[in-house]
Amino acid sequence: MKNRVLPVVPALTLLVMLGPVLAGLYGTVLPAFGHLPAGGLVGPNLDAFRALLDWPGLPRSVMLSLTTGIGTTVIALALVMLLVAGWSGTRAFRALERLLSPLLSVPHAAAAFGLAFLIAPSGWIARLLSPGITGWTNPPDWLIVQDPLGLTLMLGMVVKEMPFLLLMTLAALGQTDAARARAIASALGYGRTTGWLKTVFPRVYAQIRLPVYVVLAYGMSVVDVALILGPNTPPPLSVQIVRWMGEPDFTARLLASSAALLQLALVVGALLFWRLGEIIVATLGLRWITSGHRGASDAPLRIAALSAASIAALSILLGLVVLAVWSFSGFWSFPNALPDAFSLKTWMRQSTGVLDALGETALIAGSVTLLALILTIGCLEAEYRQRRNLTQRGLLLLYLPLLIPQTAFLPGLQSLLLNVGADIGRAPVMLAHLVFVLPYVFLSLADPFRAWDSRNASVAAALGASPDGILWRVRLPMLLRPVLTAVAVGLSVSVGQYLPTLLIGGGRVATLTTEAVALTSGGDRRAIAVWGLMQTGAALVPFALALIIPALVWRNRKGLSHG
Amino acid sequence: MKSLALLAAMALPLAAHAQTDPADWDAVTAAAKGQTVYWNAWGGSTTTNDFIAWIGAKVQDEYGVTLEHVKLTDTADAVTRVLAEKQAGTDTDGAIDMIWINGANFAAMKDAGLLFGPFAEQLPNWQYVDVDGKTVQTDFTVPVEGFESPWAMAQVVFDYNSEVLEPMGSMQAILDWSTANPGRFTYPQPPDFLGTTFLKQVLVDTLVDASVLQQPATDDNYEDVTAPLWAYLDALTPTLWRQGRAYPATGTAMFPLIADREIDLSISFSPGAATAAIANDELPDTVRTFVLDKGTIGNASFVAIPYNSGSFEGAMVVANALLSPEAQARAQDPNILGYGTVLAMDKLDADQKALFDALDLGIATLSPEELGTVQAEPHPSWMTRISDDWTARYGVAQ
Repeated sequence: MKNRVLPVVPALTLLVMLGPVLAGLYGTVLPAFGHLPAGGLVGPNLDAFRALLDWPGLPRSVMLSLTTGIGTTVIALALVMLLVAGWSGTRAFRALERLLSPLLSVPHAAAAFGLAFLIAPSGWIARLLSPGITGWTNPPDWLIVQDPLGLTLMLGMVVKEMPFLLLMTLAALGQTDAARARAIASALGYGRTTGWLKTVFPRVYAQIRLPVYVVLAYGMSVVDVALILGPNTPPPLSVQIVRWMGEPDFTARLLASSAALLQLALVVGALLFWRLGEIIVATLGLRWITSGHRGASDAPLRIAALSAASIAALSILLGLVVLAVWSFSGFWSFPNALPDAFSLKTWMRQSTGVLDALGETALIAGSVTLLALILTIGCLEAEYRQRRNLTQRGLLLLYLPLLIPQTAFLPGLQSLLLNVGADIGRAPVMLAHLVFVLPYVFLSLADPFRAWDSRNASVAAALGASPDGILWRVRLPMLLRPVLTAVAVGLSVSVGQYLPTLLIGGGRVATLTTEAVALTSGGDRRAIAVWGLMQTGAALVPFALALIIPALVWRNRKGLSHG
Repeated sequence: MKSLALLAAMALPLAAHAQTDPADWDAVTAAAKGQTVYWNAWGGSTTTNDFIAWIGAKVQDEYGVTLEHVKLTDTADAVTRVLAEKQAGTDTDGAIDMIWINGANFAAMKDAGLLFGPFAEQLPNWQYVDVDGKTVQTDFTVPVEGFESPWAMAQVVFDYNSEVLEPMGSMQAILDWSTANPGRFTYPQPPDFLGTTFLKQVLVDTLVDASVLQQPATDDNYEDVTAPLWAYLDALTPTLWRQGRAYPATGTAMFPLIADREIDLSISFSPGAATAAIANDELPDTVRTFVLDKGTIGNASFVAIPYNSGSFEGAMVVANALLSPEAQARAQDPNILGYGTVLAMDKLDADQKALFDALDLGIATLSPEELGTVQAEPHPSWMTRISDDWTARYGVAQ
């Protein structure tokens, strides 16, 4: 029997993934050119762009967006490459690798809170060192968190993007024959890091180019981390867009739309700039490679890379620890290393709200991930049965929602949804989440799905199984571990979404993330800690289950776990 | 002709909104039963959130109304939402049923016809409201006319660490102290509500005659009137926490700064908040409050109902519950919220008054006498312009 649904799944997937993005961009363009008929404003005109240029904060805001995005990408990429170059295959590397999934799944907002609680002048590090070592009885008047140059914001982003790039690099390494290349390079006398950079890096980079672009686009337009760690005098452009969207005045909405287009142009410009950089690096790199320098004494680079990676991992983990301490804290003044007393008061106070938000978060994340999983498996199975592989262009489409800044299309999407009267409630929020969850679920599942040994299918078919039967009774059970991992990835992406929930939900959809970020403005560290921890838990538990469930299911059929 | 006019007069409220007459309380409560009210209120404070949850339980028990607190970081978000709905033609059952509001946001919504009403003076508990002694019928000089219902009084107080400094009587004294002790004072970043209030407080205290602020700002007088404010801020800013290169986002973000010993002085709009925060382990017990010799700015917090609320009866029930002596006494309890009541004590019966008399205002709260003169809020046009100017001068160019 022929499956009639399957062939249309890829088209459907593209539609739900790109439809909202394109619709949102359309909804942004009109008001940017002064056209908002319902508000009594008829365009087209350039008033909004003129007003944007007149805004005194614009140059610094744009600068911040650029420096944060490019700085984050350069630093995170460099550290990850040096780390992999110097340490892949070692025991230290495997230890870091094991931390990878948990680090990756800690939501951006929670990681930012933890970092802020650690490194602020009155943060935990200063408390531990005071007054004994520093002599401080009052915290120093240093501008660390929310510094005008956005350095802390960049630090937070680097720490959070490193695990993502590392994961992508590890996936790419498998296809680059890295081990043999390194063996040959070291036999020829190249230093460990130098040899890797000269022989493996070019091949790895070709594979991780799109994820690197995602980091660049995301770093330029991030909102929640910027609200927590970023400057306010002025804020980065993306934060200012969200602020303008929130003003009671129609003209501010026009301003937000024109700024959203500017943000889009900035991201496109930065991507082109980056591409140019790639060409320059490739040219210089080629010269460096052919020069034959062995770089035998590159050991300090190795140490530096491992230190930086360890500090990044530690800062997220310690950040979670300090969140835990704050969540149980009674009065806790500077410079005490620990609170005067511990209590359950904050947890009790927040419990009702936290549980409600957890339910909402779980419902949204669960539905969205299930939908994304069905579409992904449908696409992959259709691809398998039609013997067609995803082209490079197809891959680019998959990455498109992650490359277009959220602040460019979500405001427009909100206006459009409002126009069709579909803006209220969680279904539109789910659709918006799906745009971001789908690519990650697809990317997570695609490789293991394709790598499955199709001889199993031949055997099953020979025994009389239908194509659908093979999928449900042979392939998916064997792929249980990667499927569960993809589910965990999908859930954690959905849990972490801030802007889609806020803008599309219109404030009626309260998830752990929106509530936690809303608390930022109040500065109540105990409440923030409780919400940040719950948010982290909601993202982490699925990863733990993705590890535990296959182990239980396969306890008496170990051979399958390598499927 | 006459009958036609009468018909038109009768039809107007019907066209403007649904059937229930706000004055017919039985009809209101009957319609309210089973409704869900989405109250958009600032959600940055745990104590406020708890109080709203308590009101929610009360109206659920007594009237079968479900109250959902939509937590905002900025009230303007809710105003935008209603505007956006109007622009999209969502004239019934909008996303918002009630907004915690006052000042410029109220003026903007009232002007644009985005509010349901008048309803406030038809509420049964309006009889207890102190219409003579408290500014509940004007909001930042704008006549309320029943389009919002008051529920709390606020007045500027300064919270200070009594271990290291003494109360001060004027803004000039605060500037002198901050100059001598740099880095120990800050205020929330305008356009935050409390941040702009600080600016207005500076203006009111430094002007010889503040009555000019009761009229809308004009292009003619704006620069002259605000000149002392900018002179003051030019002197103050370099002495602020972080040299004025960063500011706390909101008023509540200032308490943790005091607890962390980052600053010694902050401004608050709630005379009882410091006591409540001490009880809640958020402030050291050495914090006290003071007001200025010439008095400080005060105003009322209101709740308003958007014109397109699908549950305005339920929202009226909540607004009425907020005005009940029981809720007002609870809100004034420093262990719970520490907000000033809008009720007149002499309008309450003995049992109701006893609820208030039983309150211990707490160690850091000034008595009504000590709070002294309440300075009126300036016309909203001042706040808007000052806030914009502040952003251009200090908010984006540091």
